[in-house]
Amino acid sequence: MSLVSIRDVRKSYGAQEVLKGVSLDVGRGDVVAIIGRSGSGKSTLLRCINGLETYQAGAITVDGMAVGDGKTDLRTLRRHVGMVFQQFNLFPHLTAGENIMLAPTVVVKEQKGEARAMAEALLEKVGLAGKFDSYPSQLSGGQQQRVAIARSLAMRPTVLLCDEITSALDPELVNEVLKVVEQLASEGMTLILVTHEMRFAREVGTKLVFMHQGRVHEEGPPKALFANPATPELAQFVGHQN
Amino acid sequence: MIQQLNFGDLLPYWDVFARGLVFTIVLTLTSTVAGLALGTAGAWARTFGPKWAGAVTRVYVEIIRNTPFIVQLFFIFFGLPALGVKLSEDVAAFIAMVINLGAYSTEIIRAGIEAVPKGHLEAGASLAMSRWEIFRHIVLKPALMKVYPALSSQIVIVMLGSAVVSQISAEDLTYAANYIQSRNFRAFEVYIVAAFLYLLLAIGLRALLRGIGRAMFPKG
Repeated sequence: MSLVSIRDVRKSYGAQEVLKGVSLDVGRGDVVAIIGRSGSGKSTLLRCINGLETYQAGAITVDGMAVGDGKTDLRTLRRHVGMVFQQFNLFPHLTAGENIMLAPTVVVKEQKGEARAMAEALLEKVGLAGKFDSYPSQLSGGQQQRVAIARSLAMRPTVLLCDEITSALDPELVNEVLKVVEQLASEGMTLILVTHEMRFAREVGTKLVFMHQGRVHEEGPPKALFANPATPELAQFVGHQN
Repeated sequence: MIQQLNFGDLLPYWDVFARGLVFTIVLTLTSTVAGLALGTAGAWARTFGPKWAGAVTRVYVEIIRNTPFIVQLFFIFFGLPALGVKLSEDVAAFIAMVINLGAYSTEIIRAGIEAVPKGHLEAGASLAMSRWEIFRHIVLKPALMKVYPALSSQIVIVMLGSAVVSQISAEDLTYAANYIQSRNFRAFEVYIVAAFLYLLLAIGLRALLRGIGRAMFPKG
């Protein structure tokens, strides 16, 4: 039984159909890298999984919870599905530590002391011990994104969605973020990443999904797919990338 | 023909000035606090609240921002008794000021709320926060921080506009000036002093607001 199951999902913005029947299964502990051109529907698909976007047809379930059927409480779902964004989206009026503590104290009603201890542990995990009291504006992009990852982890998600989380970073800051993600993968966290980091997708991913024109065009083990793309579109795409 | 200036004639009335000054200060401070609370609620209604609350707020804001303050004040003090609502001058003045500042600050704070990046709301939603929790913990403070200078100006405007409450015999600084010049006929001196006191009040108020801003928004 897959942890995340996506069945024939369709979504349109007006007359423009962006997801044309997408199906995908993600097992516990999988690291799924979704690649494809901009406009291929990767980010939209990811945002459907935690209900940030609605879809018109098909079905998505996460850990048995149906997403977008109007019955499942989105807040219950989102406690199990974390998300990290391209633009970090740290709350600028809160310190790094407070950013991490916010949801545990407000949503889960954890005690301040516990939440603080967890925030400190998470900051250490992402290599930012000692930055608890720094405001986002005092941190580099790579540091901000690592805080954002720690903030998601504070809700103890079952699956973590990463939406082009290194695309807004200067090249020299990309690796520090990817290292954190790689560590999460090695600890068995289920990850679904929309990414342009082909090397990372190949080395760390357990499954590669190539999206093209609103469909899953090709999927399989990353190394095999990169070595022998079955379709000319993927061949061209990875050819351009490498 | 120019009369000789004589500020000495004002001295016997210093306590009248003092009482008026205190009244204006208390009226400004209390109605600012209540008016900003009302404005925050109004801004919430227009952005995060239910549709009907947004619509009601919109009507309220348009009515207040498109009618003169003195008419609003007269309506509350002279008009409402026809409906059986009798208010003292002080209470009527307070309510008029709150309603007025509430409408203007609704629009100012709403602008701040709309300037909060959508991604921050999505980040909050992704952390399983409710709409109210997102507003309360993610949106409100950055929104207030962004529009704090505009809010400060509006508060000073409202303080200066409070001179109008003398027209319903609320005993503020302007009322005191009117009263004194009706006794000693030293209009020039009285209103010079009144103007000077308003100037001091405005400067003091701006300094106070700056201090509060620095304390509330250490990063601003």
